[in-house]
Amino acid sequence: MSGLSTAHSVVEPSATSKRVAGALVIAYALITLIPLLWIVLTSFKTPPDSIAYPPKLMFQPSIEGYCNLFTTRTRQTPEYLAAMPPPTGYCDRAVRSRNMVIAGPSNVIPRFTNSIIIAFGSTFLAVFLGTLAAYAFSRFRIPLKDDLLFFILSTRMMPPIAVAIPIYLMYRELGLSDTLLGMILLYTAVNVSLAVWLLKGFIDEIPREYEEAAMIDGYTRLQAFTKIVLPQATTGIAATAIFCMIFAWNEYAFAVLLTSGEAQTMPPFIPFIIGEGGQDWPAVASATTLFLIPIVVFTVLLRKHLLRGITFGAVRK
Amino acid sequence: MAEVALINATKRFGDVAAIGDVSLTVADGEFVVLLGPTGAGKTTTLRVIAGLETLDEGAVRIGGREVSKEAPALRDVAFVFQQYSLYPHLSVYDNMAFPLRSPTRRVPEDEIRRSITEIARMLHIDHKLQNKATRLSGGEMQRVAIGRALVRHPSIYLMDEPLSSLDAKLRQELRLELKRIQRDLGATMLYVTHDQVEAMTMASRIGVLKQGKLVQLGTPREIYEDPAETYVATRLGQPRINLMPRRLFPSLPTPSSAETIGVRTEHLKIDRHHQGAARVARIEHLGDQRYLHLSLEDHSIVTLAGHDTDLDVGDSVALQLERPLFFDRDGMRVRP
Ligand SMILES: Nc1ncnc2c1ncn2[C@@H]1O[C@H](COP(=O)(O)OP(=O)(O)OP(=O)(O)O)[C@@H](O)[C@H]1O
Ligand SMILES: [Mg+2]
Repeated sequence: MSGLSTAHSVVEPSATSKRVAGALVIAYALITLIPLLWIVLTSFKTPPDSIAYPPKLMFQPSIEGYCNLFTTRTRQTPEYLAAMPPPTGYCDRAVRSRNMVIAGPSNVIPRFTNSIIIAFGSTFLAVFLGTLAAYAFSRFRIPLKDDLLFFILSTRMMPPIAVAIPIYLMYRELGLSDTLLGMILLYTAVNVSLAVWLLKGFIDEIPREYEEAAMIDGYTRLQAFTKIVLPQATTGIAATAIFCMIFAWNEYAFAVLLTSGEAQTMPPFIPFIIGEGGQDWPAVASATTLFLIPIVVFTVLLRKHLLRGITFGAVRK
Repeated sequence: MAEVALINATKRFGDVAAIGDVSLTVADGEFVVLLGPTGAGKTTTLRVIAGLETLDEGAVRIGGREVSKEAPALRDVAFVFQQYSLYPHLSVYDNMAFPLRSPTRRVPEDEIRRSITEIARMLHIDHKLQNKATRLSGGEMQRVAIGRALVRHPSIYLMDEPLSSLDAKLRQELRLELKRIQRDLGATMLYVTHDQVEAMTMASRIGVLKQGKLVQLGTPREIYEDPAETYVATRLGQPRINLMPRRLFPSLPTPSSAETIGVRTEHLKIDRHHQGAARVARIEHLGDQRYLHLSLEDHSIVTLAGHDTDLDVGDSVALQLERPLFFDRDGMRVRP
């Protein structure tokens, strides 16, 4: 009896289907991970190794790519190089072996900092505003609520490039072009629609009796919101933050158009690296590798919430 | 504790009036029970008093003070919800401490601990205080919800079917306990229930709601013995009052407008020594009681069989009505 019922259990998949599903997931993970793995490998190759044909799987690892990423270099004659004092470090030696000298630091650190400030800033703002708006949409009778919600969603429907020109002109007039503030506002505006919709779903799931009980227990609505609703919405907030973060971190089209110097983020900066002294694929690959790290860390930190968040409706009683 | 009054209160949701023109005063220290079928407006009445719904018309007064526009936090009421009211991210202890820690009260922690310990022991949840609120059975949750109300001493306790998910034994125990607390504290209480034993034994007065209208308000005895309409009469009594067409009892003197005769089981005398018009159709054994299903022409009557009767299915018996109630065509009471 019990043997039969486990074999035909509705909730527990059979061993075979588990194995098949597992194999599929692993295959899919490999397919998506191989390009990333190749990037990471390339970042540790020397420039000749990186363009060797057939591609090298085994090679002498080197951090020349990282040296090139963090510096600007100028080409010099062998006589000039010979007259210089001995090299002071690994990078110095690697650069001189290519007949160049380090001229100064590259822009990668400021660009990376820009990316971090813009992504975190806009994510924080979008989630903050989104939570408040979603709460209002979820709880209050708002005139034209459905139309407003649709309008908010519709801002996501057009491709960014459709509004790029107007925004470019507007930003130039307002002096927001190529500023951190401008980029934060822009990404916030794009993300807030996603945040409102995602969070409204999560907040709708929290029975309003909780806040009502809190308000009767002597708290104001705002206190009930912070003490009761927020703790229960953390899952949804974390999931939303990850989605907003990924968008802001990876965004390319607006960034290329609206930033060129001061506020440039990593996505438009990375292609530029190629031009600085030949086709420097290891430097590009190192930039990409470093670029991946924050989003991986952020996602891993919040992954418990992310998994629960995505399956929220199913898991919750 | 205070007197709480609803004055001509109307609350609409769209076109439906969830409650319409309800006036109800709960005196200081009084225990009023609201009865009514699902959708009658019982919960809405409580929510209006608590300030969770704003009235479309009328007013709420607590202790003589008009509070219709005040926020729930300022009205000083305690509410036990029909469902979902424990804060799931807090422990049982923190749930019960939550109202006492509110910015409007700020009770010292040692005093909080004392009153929680006392109330928890009374509700048999003292061994669960450190549990998360979600790690409880339905009945335990409901007791915590009651406990969270009882740690306070508000103007009025509003309780929406607080004992409905408990088993019979616990329900009986808590019923007595709640009544005792209410009497000891002199608490004002407005209490919703479907359970007629709760209504009969706990209430100082019972209010019967019908589609948002308060159709009768009176002591349990008045509601039971002197109902104003068939709707009220059928709220109480187990088995339910038998409502029969007047033509079944041609010899009974009735007021002229009476259409329906109502008779409760204790007023229905079965005379088995006379051949009568009624026949025993079925006997149900419910353990301590036996329900006797009689058929009279095309009508069926349910009553309790005494312990001494040895009636069998098929026996025909005569019926005698004592103190029958008369109702007109619309179900309104007609007095002789
Ligand atoms: N928020 C709301 N929006 C719309 N209609 C509502 C709302 N709350 C209650 N109603 C309606 O008002 C009427 C009374 O509802 P209420 O919850 O007061 O009934 P109740 O007597 O408590 O019923 P139950 O015994 O099922 O709890 C019902 O017809 C219900 O559909
Ligand atoms: Mg209700």
